[in-house]
Amino acid sequence: MIGELIKGMATTLKHMFRDPVTIQYPDIKRPPRTRFKGRHELKRYDNGLERCIGCSLCAAACPADAIFVEASENTDEQRFSPGERYASTYEINMLRCIFCGYCEDACPTQAIVLENKYELSFYDRASAIYTKEMLIVDVPVNGNPTPQAVEPGTFDKPIPDMEDPR
Amino acid sequence: MSDQVNLTIDGVELSVPNGTLVVDAAKMIENPIPVFCYHPKMAPVGMCRMCLVEIGLPVRDRNSGEPVLNDDGTPQVSFRGLQTACTVQVSEGMVVRTTTEVVTKAREDVIEFLLTSHPLDCPICDKGGECPLQNLTMEHGKGTSRMDYSLKMKLDKHVPLGELIYLDRERCIQCGRCVRFQEEIVDDPVIRFHNRGRSLEIVTMSDPGFDSYWSGNTTDICPVGALTTADFRFGARPWELTPVATLSPHCPSGANMTFSTRREAKSGGRSVIKRIMPRQNEPVNEIWISDRDRFVHHFADAPDRLKKPLMRKNGQLVEVEWGEALDAVAGKLQQSGTAVAGLSGDRVSNEDMFLFQKLFRQGLKSHNIDLANRRLAGGDVVAKVGISQGSNLLNLGQGDAIVVIASDLHEEVPVWWLRVKQAAQRGAELVILNLRPTRLDECSRNVIHYQPGQAIATLRQLVNDAKVAAADADNSPIKAAADVIMQANNVVAFYGAEGLTYAETDAVARLLANLLLIKNEEAYAGRPNNGLIPVWPHNNTQGAWDMGIHPALEPGYKPAAKPGMRANEVYAAAQTGALKALFLLAADPIGDGLMAGRGQLDFLVVQELFLTETAAQADVVLPAQSWAEREGTFTSGERRVQRYYPAIQPVGEARPDWQILAQIGERVGLEKPAFAASLVFRDLAKAVPQYKGMDYRALARVEKQWPDVGGDDLYYGGNAYENRVGLGMQWPAAAESGAVDHFEVADVDSELPGKVVVVRTAALFTPGTLINHTELLQARMAQPTLIIQAADAAKLQLAQGEKVMVEVAGRGVETAVRLSEDTPEGVALLRGVPYQAGLTELKVMG
Repeated sequence: MIGELIKGMATTLKHMFRDPVTIQYPDIKRPPRTRFKGRHELKRYDNGLERCIGCSLCAAACPADAIFVEASENTDEQRFSPGERYASTYEINMLRCIFCGYCEDACPTQAIVLENKYELSFYDRASAIYTKEMLIVDVPVNGNPTPQAVEPGTFDKPIPDMEDPR
Repeated sequence: MSDQVNLTIDGVELSVPNGTLVVDAAKMIENPIPVFCYHPKMAPVGMCRMCLVEIGLPVRDRNSGEPVLNDDGTPQVSFRGLQTACTVQVSEGMVVRTTTEVVTKAREDVIEFLLTSHPLDCPICDKGGECPLQNLTMEHGKGTSRMDYSLKMKLDKHVPLGELIYLDRERCIQCGRCVRFQEEIVDDPVIRFHNRGRSLEIVTMSDPGFDSYWSGNTTDICPVGALTTADFRFGARPWELTPVATLSPHCPSGANMTFSTRREAKSGGRSVIKRIMPRQNEPVNEIWISDRDRFVHHFADAPDRLKKPLMRKNGQLVEVEWGEALDAVAGKLQQSGTAVAGLSGDRVSNEDMFLFQKLFRQGLKSHNIDLANRRLAGGDVVAKVGISQGSNLLNLGQGDAIVVIASDLHEEVPVWWLRVKQAAQRGAELVILNLRPTRLDECSRNVIHYQPGQAIATLRQLVNDAKVAAADADNSPIKAAADVIMQANNVVAFYGAEGLTYAETDAVARLLANLLLIKNEEAYAGRPNNGLIPVWPHNNTQGAWDMGIHPALEPGYKPAAKPGMRANEVYAAAQTGALKALFLLAADPIGDGLMAGRGQLDFLVVQELFLTETAAQADVVLPAQSWAEREGTFTSGERRVQRYYPAIQPVGEARPDWQILAQIGERVGLEKPAFAASLVFRDLAKAVPQYKGMDYRALARVEKQWPDVGGDDLYYGGNAYENRVGLGMQWPAAAESGAVDHFEVADVDSELPGKVVVVRTAALFTPGTLINHTELLQARMAQPTLIIQAADAAKLQLAQGEKVMVEVAGRGVETAVRLSEDTPEGVALLRGVPYQAGLTELKVMG
């Protein structure tokens, strides 16, 4: 019995000289892992156009029914995204979201990405609904904000040409 | 040779009618052969090659003609490669194989070929999710492509074919369904193929583009997302939509439709009607609806809908609570004693009309109840000799006759025009009587254009000629027409009110009834596919007759003991002060020019969707729910009672018409309001003998329909909605259960009101309270036009294109003059103003 006790205390003693596993959140923040799935972001192309084309496939793929999309029609005078369609409403209910990442998989333009932000807390249910304005990333340097007025015929394909469609 | 043919498809033996196509035979045993260009409503063309199957025929000995047998005694079958199942008719002993390797390979190749130039934009395509190409690619495609993506055709993706329909040239797979639909089905060949091969494209040949009342149907039958309606473009994905069955709110054909609804953030979380698609009902509208029905729904969501009851206080209409408004209405109506009248529009449901007449007849002891605008008579005649139960215009063809009198079906009820035209193409003889040419004339060999005012005389002549044997009479066109009718196996007669007064339409109905009864024991009336169809002006005019919205007829056509005032007497009495209170249900007589103003009325209450001209002068305005927000039943011109269902939440505090009427009824001493429309219907089915045996459950009954479209198969899905919620029930005309006496026809005064008379003609897109809310159709609206012969125009000093003020119902309307030699002498056709019966004198105002 004495032997077990010494063994246990030895383990305790050993850990006393190691670095602690816990960190002093929120003063210190641990960098997320590369495959971490945090809050969604809606991405933009380099020129500032939105990647999202409002196809609603993320909403269809969502097992928690957390995503709601409404589409509208693009024109060359008022262009939000390449192609004819863009998301005029894009909402994610973060209380419903289970961060499974199916929306990422479904997205044909890699517009929705589960990024690193994980600090999601709300005082009421309504504020758990993240709108398009909250989800979309800032316009990149050298890019223009949307809607843009563009040359007719420049962005008439919703999905950019891919090297290998397979 | 027997009418049935035996064949084997993938080892399954079946027997189908002779002449059936292999693709349809396979569909009957739920072994669908994939197709793109084939459509069961159209002739096959074999353009897409998707339906390739192996077809084998039994080998026959050249000398004896006997089938050659294998060693085991089975017939020897010879297969000759792949054939298109959509163009081959079944034959005795045929063997079809659809699952062999060569068929599978052929399907793969066709899909791959179609995809060589089809864009990969399914994510933004409106068809994506209900797309036959997408479905069949998943089912039969290879899953990989050998094509270089960069070699795909890059074509114009935004080609407006007119303002209603858009074409995406990249997506078109050149199946020609749309072109064939326009040419074969609706005879509006306004779109065509242009160029050949890979440059082939759909172009519109008309101005305005895609000028057809049926253009929306091409978007339904398009097997890809090449054709889309401007109304629904990028509105929602198909899987997000909730289908809700409904009926046309305009058309007396009772066209079956389906709303696709979705809750929307931009509408504050309300359910919104995103589109309307046809719902299959073969005896009613098959799978087609006109563009008016397809795009009309915008009034239901219009921002100017009435949301709260309004009451006049200190000269102003102010919003009040329901209780206050209902108390005021009930109180005022009771105070007015019997000097009250109720006038109804003919677009509300049977339940509403039943409770409306009950409120007046039983609650207020007044028989002053009528339709606000009576244009066409003969409901009582139709109850006796109307088209019989089990009729279907699709069954008419060779050896049958259809009579159309004083109606331009193409403008009034396009669905009936389509079905009559198709019957004529199948060989039915048309007899057309009108004072001017109409679109249907081209399908008929017996067109009689009578002089203005001569309608009754001409029809009398026709009936008299029908009575005498062929040899005894002259060879006039009327006699020829009479012979056509008398020799027909089945006779269906349509009658309208174009250029006829109300009394004249009554005579027309009676004369036509006598024509249908002429053979006495073997009378046409009472047999299936025979009878009278009135071209009612609205969707539920038939229901108004059935429910007793008539001063002299109670529900079920029971003559009233003491007839009340007719609508025109009510309007006159309102001016003189003989009438104290007037209740208008879904009617706008001041806006329609029927009533000069509120006159000496003590109390005017209007139950409406919008603040119409009449409502603006009312003391109380009660906001009603539109047909999209509530349930109810309409009765079509073929006396088919059909249900419609609630699709969207009520606007504001609007209540269903029947509920408002029941709540007023309770306040004047009738029973407590029913909880649901179905209970009101149960009461009315007890009161109206013709509706015996009907209830909401019976009306919702469905049965399998052919062709089988809109189901869960991969290739007709998305064409139209399968009917899952009710085919409706037709009530029997009296002639079906016993002999009906011939009708007395009173002499009608057909004096012409002037040298040049105005005949108001119908136009499908005539401005009106409801349709004006559909912005999309505004460019198609019929503009006020006066169509007149050059000789008459010269006498009146009118020139082509000139704008003149014409007096219409006491007001001046600016119309453009159009010269046309098709117009008979002494007649000016007035189009694009609300359609009215009767002839008026042409009064050109200075």
